[in-house]
Amino acid sequence: MQQEASFLTSKLEEAIGWARKYSIFQYPFVTACCGMEYMAAACSHYDVDRFGAGFPRFSPRQADVLFVVGTISHKMAPVLERIYEQMAEPKWVVAFGVCTCTGGFYDNYATVQGIDTILPVDVYIPGCPPRPEIVLDGLMKLQDKIQEQHSTGVRPAPEERPEDLAV
Amino acid sequence: MNNAELITLISERFSDAVLGSHDYRGDATVMVRRESLVEVARALKDEPELSMNYLMDLTAVDYSTFGEVGAPAFFASSGVSIRPSSVIPDEDPWPGPPLETRYALVCHFFSTAQKHRLRLVVPIEEDEPEVDTLSELWPGANWLEREAWDMFGIRFKGHPDLRRLLMYEEFEGHPLRKDYQVDERQPLIGPVN
Repeated sequence: MQQEASFLTSKLEEAIGWARKYSIFQYPFVTACCGMEYMAAACSHYDVDRFGAGFPRFSPRQADVLFVVGTISHKMAPVLERIYEQMAEPKWVVAFGVCTCTGGFYDNYATVQGIDTILPVDVYIPGCPPRPEIVLDGLMKLQDKIQEQHSTGVRPAPEERPEDLAV
Repeated sequence: MNNAELITLISERFSDAVLGSHDYRGDATVMVRRESLVEVARALKDEPELSMNYLMDLTAVDYSTFGEVGAPAFFASSGVSIRPSSVIPDEDPWPGPPLETRYALVCHFFSTAQKHRLRLVVPIEEDEPEVDTLSELWPGANWLEREAWDMFGIRFKGHPDLRRLLMYEEFEGHPLRKDYQVDERQPLIGPVN
């Protein structure tokens, strides 16, 4: 993924990016009620297969995108980190639902205050739960990021937290 | 057996053990001494006219901040009415918590044969939060007691495997005790936030 590649390799990289963004193998890490919304968004009515993401792999070794769906407790955090470490590069992380984005209203002893405190997150999909439309919007944002990473050779930086949510 | 009969039967049978009773909102409740919990519970399970074969729930309460302002404001701001209903009969009102002790163990029993319910409340002192286990009578009490130990730090004498149920072993303290600070965090990985 060199930035100053020749015409052929840069076009090839773009083609690989195009192929990758339409063949997202996702690993759904479902821990809570957002799982229902994830299923609703993934099934035929909203149909994430239109975006090439209709093939969940239940082994992190076969997955490109980690979908973290639902509240992550401190007890679960090491498990999530280990799942992430098992995934092969290139890999991306989507925080699905407000609990994974910031902890949501679970501001208590048990809950991780946003999975970005333990993993790099590429796309945040807030909402309690997020509607399928915003899930699809997040998925398309992720596709743009994947394409951009291959077109420019630079991985887009993760988004910064607003100051009042800084940890 | 209706609630009044249940309360009368247990109060007369265990007159030394029973500290009080009420039938608030149709839930029969008997408060018993800590030392007599297993004795009363065994009778509840084994007596044919009681035959409480189902332990519905076992949990605990920390009354150390009971009555302090805070919680009602939360309900008022959320628009939830906390006024008592005038529809439900209230002939035998709740006398309030056992304020001289900090904790209370609360057990709910049900009889699938007799279709009656009873709640046992056991006051537990702050300096010795220990009570006998019920897990030999109802195997289901095993995990419920582990949860009560995990959340409130109440020990169960004779329990076969008294480990934390919900929190991790590295966790220090008991999070549902009122003196556990609301912003105290003990993450296994990641920042403390």
